[in-house]
Amino acid sequence: MWDGEAARAALPTVLEGFGVTLVATVLAFAVAMVMGLVLALAQRGGPAWLALPVRGAAGFVRSTPLLVQLFAAWVLIPGLDAPTLGVLVLGVHYATYLSEVYRTGIDAVPKGQWEACTALSLPRRRVWRAVVLPQAVRNVLPPLGNYAVSMFKETPLLSVITVHEMVHEANTFGSTHFAYLESFTLAAAVFLLASWPTSVLIRRLEARLAH
Amino acid sequence: MPIEELSEDLTKVPTAHPAVRFDRVTKRFGDHTVLDGLDLEVARGERVTLIGPSGSGKTTILRLLMTLERVTDGVIHVDGQPFSHMPGRTAGKLVPASERHLAARRRRIGMVFQQFNLFPHMSVLENVVEAPVHVLGEGREEAGLRARELLDLVGLSDKVDARPTRLSGGQQQRVAIARALAMRPEILLLDEVTSALDPELVAEVLDVLREVARRTDITLLCVTHEMGFARDVSDRILMFDGGRIVESGPADALLDAPGEERTRAFLSSVR
Amino acid sequence: MAEFLPELRRAVPRLGEGLLTTVEATVLGAALALLLAYTLGLLSRSARLPVRGAVRVVVEFFRGTSLYVQLFWLFFALPMVGFRLEPLVCGVLALGLNFGAYGSEVVRGAVTAVPRAQTEAAIALGMGPVLRLRRVVLPQAHALMVAPFKNLLVQLLKATPLLSLVTVPDLTFQIDQLRSSTGATAASYLLLLGLYFGMAVVLSLLMNALERAAKARLGQEGGT
Repeated sequence: MWDGEAARAALPTVLEGFGVTLVATVLAFAVAMVMGLVLALAQRGGPAWLALPVRGAAGFVRSTPLLVQLFAAWVLIPGLDAPTLGVLVLGVHYATYLSEVYRTGIDAVPKGQWEACTALSLPRRRVWRAVVLPQAVRNVLPPLGNYAVSMFKETPLLSVITVHEMVHEANTFGSTHFAYLESFTLAAAVFLLASWPTSVLIRRLEARLAH
Repeated sequence: MPIEELSEDLTKVPTAHPAVRFDRVTKRFGDHTVLDGLDLEVARGERVTLIGPSGSGKTTILRLLMTLERVTDGVIHVDGQPFSHMPGRTAGKLVPASERHLAARRRRIGMVFQQFNLFPHMSVLENVVEAPVHVLGEGREEAGLRARELLDLVGLSDKVDARPTRLSGGQQQRVAIARALAMRPEILLLDEVTSALDPELVAEVLDVLREVARRTDITLLCVTHEMGFARDVSDRILMFDGGRIVESGPADALLDAPGEERTRAFLSSVR
Repeated sequence: MAEFLPELRRAVPRLGEGLLTTVEATVLGAALALLLAYTLGLLSRSARLPVRGAVRVVVEFFRGTSLYVQLFWLFFALPMVGFRLEPLVCGVLALGLNFGAYGSEVVRGAVTAVPRAQTEAAIALGMGPVLRLRRVVLPQAHALMVAPFKNLLVQLLKATPLLSLVTVPDLTFQIDQLRSSTGATAASYLLLLGLYFGMAVVLSLLMNALERAAKARLGQEGGT
């Protein structure tokens, strides 16, 4: 059954893995935020010859498994180390989600706002900067937060390309010390402790922005 | 349609008691007092209209009777029996009604809402048949026949299979009236039933209600801003303000010669 | 690459089995998730605080601990306390629990989104709580659930390759075998991605048809 000794021994290893997981999430999410915006603008503001292929490619990446994408990238893209590649694949995968978040956030800005800008003859650049984006940000923040949390919970996938994140560390510790119960339970607890408060914060933010 | 088919045979029930009696009823929402120790009696078969500025507590009276709200203080009686509370006392005190008690009692009360509240996932006929079949346990065929008669009464026999969302507001409200009548209520509550309608659709709904009032001896309690309708159907009109009855009297008397300044001011504002 | 096609042809029966396993895991996982979503979602609106609290804890637990950890825990850790489950059972359980927790939020949200006036109309017709839920609220809530359920279902499908990590011989597992026997890495993975894309498209089309039907029942032809 539960072995307190083994759990204490596993804790430092698991926490070290947690550090890697956290850094990977932050970096990958930065990639996703920037690239998602590029994808959204290409689909919304870009010419049709660009918008259609971008939409198709994003749809393909969005509806195929991240795990397979990681495998494929790992063997097909040489010259990148595992953590870099992992962050990029994770970032691109989530960029396809975030582009949809941005798109709906922009579309949710009422049509009357655009019409008011036309009536005031505001230049297009000013319309985006001063009117549309500030309102879109309110719509976009809560879903962005939720995607950050769900990305955090998907980083364990990077272990399949030998990134030493938390689940990888828990697995290794479990097999060498025959203490899977302790190591995986600890990993689960760390995930819970990190993601529950974040989810609560996002819900608060959502409630505040709704007013 | 014969009268006795629209409402339950009233001779079976002792008529000594008023149909509805509010005994010092108070309703508060947080710090806001909507009704303040209200006393009110409605006799069997009586038609009573509540008028007054919005926010004066008229709708709350109907919602309390329909059990959509609970009283803060005081007791509501229906047919001489406690309605908001359990019959009898425990340790000398009245006990607030349980959900089961309310469910059994409220069947004799029907309500038509300002926003119609038809069920969008059911056809017109299904809306009318739903409660008789599933609440009263009537057979589908029997309930269907009666529903068609009621839809005929409200002038919608050609819309039996339509979806509520395809109907005009006036048509939807007429379906809602048929739906309420299908439960053979003894007391019918009408909550600003024309307020959500375009002006040209108001008449068709009021005509149907006049017809119902004429052909049945159902007890009517309505909240409305249509003074002409109030005059036509009401035995008595109550003027409400600030959670209290300001004035009450026969329809013609109150509308033509109001005794209170508040009533005069209100009447001139709606005319 | 030259020998990929003949190898592929020979591998078709095994790929078919793998595909079947993937479909099986998806369907069973989704069924369990749906059951949990309804149970937890409806209980989360209970009038009793202890019930609501317990549901909250269960939901936050399965949402918060990562599907991967749950799967590995069931596969590696559970045997250490004496319960050894079939790998496929581990997979279906993990998928069902995780997506059931997310789905319960969908059910709760949809039920809450049905206007209060509908419940009031049902009360005015003398309908009791169970009848109100069954005949009035849920039929309308269903139309609101289909779109979010579609997203969850595609997510669930996309999570099934994970099962190959705990030795379930699913599509990913079989194609990985093909890859190592042929060395045709690019072709193998492209095939796998293509198959998953195809399955996702089929699922989406099915759910779109469901959504149109649900909206038509509410008289919102064409949808919004």
